[in-house]
Amino acid sequence: MFPILAARLLAPGIHEFVVQAPRVARKARPGHFVVIRVDEKGERIPLTLADWDAEAGTITLVVQEVGYSTRLMGQLAAGDALQDVLGPLGTAPPIEKVGTIIGVGGGVGVAPLYPRIRGYKQAGNRVVAIAGARSRDLLIMVDRLRECSDELHLATDDGSVGHHGFVSQVLEKLLDSGVRPAEVLAIGPVPMMRAVVEVTRPRGIPTTVSLNALMVDGTGMCGGCRVSVGGVTRFTCVDGPEFDGLQVDFAELQQRLQQYRSQEKLAADPAQRKEACRCLEQLTAPSFRG
Amino acid sequence: MPGAADRAKLPRVEMPKQDPRQRARNFSEVALGFTPELAQTEAGRCLNCRNHPCVDGCPVNVPIPEFIALIVQGDFLGAAQKIKEKNSLPAICGRVCPQESQCEARCVWGKKGKPIAIGGLERFVADWEREHAPQAPPSVPAACESPRRGVRVAVVGSGPAGLTAAADLARLGYSVTVFETLHAPGGVLRYGIPEFRLPKGILDHEIEYLKSLGVAIETDVAVGLTVGLDELHHREGYQAIFVGTGAGLPSLLNIPGENANGVYSANEYLTRVNLMKAYRFPEYATPVRIGHKVAVVGAGNVAMDAARTALRLGADDVCIVYRRSRQEMPARHEEIVNAEEEGIRFHLLSNPVRILAGSDGWVQGMVCQRMELGEPDASGRRRPVPVPGSEFTLDVDLVIVAIGQGPNPILTRHTPGLQLDRHGCIVTDADGRTSLPYVWAGGDIVTGAATVIAAMGAGKRAARAMDAYLCSTVLAGQRAGVSEGRG
Ligand SMILES: Cc1cc2nc3c(=O)[nH]c(=O)nc-3n(C[C@H](O)[C@H](O)[C@H](O)COP(=O)(O)OP(=O)(O)OC[C@H]3O[C@@H](n4cnc5c(N)ncnc54)[C@H](O)[C@@H]3O)c2cc1C
Ligand SMILES: Cc1cc2nc3c(=O)[nH]c(=O)nc-3n(C[C@H](O)[C@H](O)[C@H](O)COP(=O)(O)OP(=O)(O)OC[C@H]3O[C@@H](n4cnc5c(N)ncnc54)[C@H](O)[C@@H]3O)c2cc1C
Ligand code: SF4
Ligand code: SF4
Ligand code: FES
Repeated sequence: MFPILAARLLAPGIHEFVVQAPRVARKARPGHFVVIRVDEKGERIPLTLADWDAEAGTITLVVQEVGYSTRLMGQLAAGDALQDVLGPLGTAPPIEKVGTIIGVGGGVGVAPLYPRIRGYKQAGNRVVAIAGARSRDLLIMVDRLRECSDELHLATDDGSVGHHGFVSQVLEKLLDSGVRPAEVLAIGPVPMMRAVVEVTRPRGIPTTVSLNALMVDGTGMCGGCRVSVGGVTRFTCVDGPEFDGLQVDFAELQQRLQQYRSQEKLAADPAQRKEACRCLEQLTAPSFRG
Repeated sequence: MPGAADRAKLPRVEMPKQDPRQRARNFSEVALGFTPELAQTEAGRCLNCRNHPCVDGCPVNVPIPEFIALIVQGDFLGAAQKIKEKNSLPAICGRVCPQESQCEARCVWGKKGKPIAIGGLERFVADWEREHAPQAPPSVPAACESPRRGVRVAVVGSGPAGLTAAADLARLGYSVTVFETLHAPGGVLRYGIPEFRLPKGILDHEIEYLKSLGVAIETDVAVGLTVGLDELHHREGYQAIFVGTGAGLPSLLNIPGENANGVYSANEYLTRVNLMKAYRFPEYATPVRIGHKVAVVGAGNVAMDAARTALRLGADDVCIVYRRSRQEMPARHEEIVNAEEEGIRFHLLSNPVRILAGSDGWVQGMVCQRMELGEPDASGRRRPVPVPGSEFTLDVDLVIVAIGQGPNPILTRHTPGLQLDRHGCIVTDADGRTSLPYVWAGGDIVTGAATVIAAMGAGKRAARAMDAYLCSTVLAGQRAGVSEGRG
């Protein structure tokens, strides 16, 4: 069991947890993620390290409620515990001094972006951060981003703060105004990362994206997280999650994220879930179909 | 007791099984086990051969005639202990060993086509012991007299190799910790082999027994990522380490359409069902796609397990697609027969060339090519070659790829100085010693995908070698310290 030492709400439906996981904290680097299980019957879900403290033996996770497991996690408070925390997983690419970096974060993607751009800043780069969300109250970690960037731009879909529109539009404006980054790093929902790549590709700017494929083990054992990058199949959990965004087959990724749509709906709806569990008890073999 | 000539006329006692139609829809164990009467009848057929060819067929040399003689005498407990001198997981091996190519293949009755049911008898006495008596720890021959308590030894990976090494080291008195990546121990016995072939209660029992010996199990630790071998040794004080990380890397077909929705590796499919209990979704939160028409590519144990699991989850039609012929199928004979009885169909001499997906991204069919067998290849099996113009399409909505596994790379990728062969397997000597001074290895990570009993045997050999090493280093140092103190 991995005790939760602190829990707070960052925005509606977005929670931050400080979890005791000394082994993970000791080895963590920007870009790493963990696989957690909330309880005995839980699924294994991947979450990026938003922060860590090797001395205190703690890690910080920022979680957005989107379905059954994340909602279950959203109900936890300090004093509760996660059943399992495995990590740190994934390749954490070395951070070097390369010049200017533009970090683009969308929605809860701002959380994993934060340690990466902090790393770039510490390595002596000029860091421009662009953070976006649907509206002002969903924009998270703005102060922390400001601390570790030279320039911070905000965008909201409804215009409640910053640019009225998408982060990719802010990026486009910056590039058109003559900013020439050595690299763009984009973390967020698939459509956002896709939009960013559409901006950077014609301009020939190296672009890294962090993919959120469905995972089970997170250690390269199942291949459920496979993605096509440059026409080659890669496993997101061990070869990524960061890949060359200009090479990623986003359409395939988007499609693979839909694989359990109907089961996810069933799992997330408490009434339906209860009904299905009861049916299950009466059957020797389950009769549902995906 | 009938004489040898009469015994030759006795039929082999077949183990009772669940009715095929019924069992194809439930996850309960297929083979029901011998009753004491059946076991004794079958044991009575054994000739107690002085040169015991059967023993040479067993990778760990279980004293077969001796334990069978004890069954005849009705001393089931004694028989169990006899087996455990060589094999610490008989309830598991009795169920999953490929006996027809090992012990039973060498039995003198084999020539007449009815070898003694050695595996069935082994299973019987192990189950008897589990149900009727607490497990008595068999002793392990020790390399020296020193007290080993307090000397820390680590085992990485909790498959049969790791579990066996841990048990033997604990019985010798070492303080043993097992590290496992997944949230539950057991390796393939947990996430791969399904409940209907190996009930998880048996595995749980073995793990409880290990804990009763004082073994600590730390799950959620991916050695190499969470902590390095060097850190375990230098910082955490593990004097010797056994690595049994298995062959968990799934091979894929690398054909067009393989990333369509509804194409699984067997590892993912079986892990979702066995480890994550997706067959009890939504009570357990992990979903699995069920499918109406399922094709499983491959014909090893993994493929049979995946196909029979698909059937049990409720698929209407399940077939095996295999590029060679029946004779070359690598699965255990018994499981091929079981699969057939349950209604799995076989498309032999067929090889997938591409997977078709609909506009919604889901699998809609699989195009295959007919094959014929040519000259033998490196494995000695005849090489399949495509028949030109023989493409045909299977109407399927779920594809499971079960064409083999490579060595698990997490630990090996992150351990500098550990010598690997060109396949990525760890290189060891006969005792399991690796290129790193304090590290031993065994099981599938050394041999590539093999068998439970081979992995166990490797764990046993390594435990003995590790004990000898510790006796001549750490424990020798302690002894010297003690005698100096006295002097
Ligand atoms: C490497 C990695 C790092 C991640 N880091 C974070 C993080 O720091 N914070 C965070 O809130 N989320 C993160 N995610 C996404 C998170 O894992 C999913 O939101 C979670 O698994 C959903 O589980 P659920 O049961 O709540 O929802 P489900 O019911 O399983 O799904 C609900 C909806 O979310 C979508 N979804 C499911 N799984 C994922 C996924 N893996 N990625 C994106 N969408 C998904 C589904 O398509 C579905 O539409 C990360 C994903 C990956 C692969
Ligand atoms: C579906 C299936 C059916 C099979 N059926 C049979 C059968 O009927 N008969 C038979 O004899 N054999 C069978 N086999 C093969 C047999 O199971 C294996 O040969 C055997 O399990 C190998 O044992 P092992 O201990 O070497 O590795 P494994 O059983 O693979 O265990 C390795 C363990 O190490 C863990 N691990 C990996 N890397 C790390 C790390 N870095 N840190 C910590 N832990 C790690 C893994 O999670 C795993 O739990 C089957 C295999 C499969 C997949
Ligand atoms: S361990 Fe396996 S091979 Fe050896 S005797 Fe038992 S069943 Fe036969
Ligand atoms: S070879 Fe067969 S008959 Fe002879 S001792 Fe072994 S099991 Fe018994
Ligand atoms: S999650 Fe299983 S291989 Fe990546």
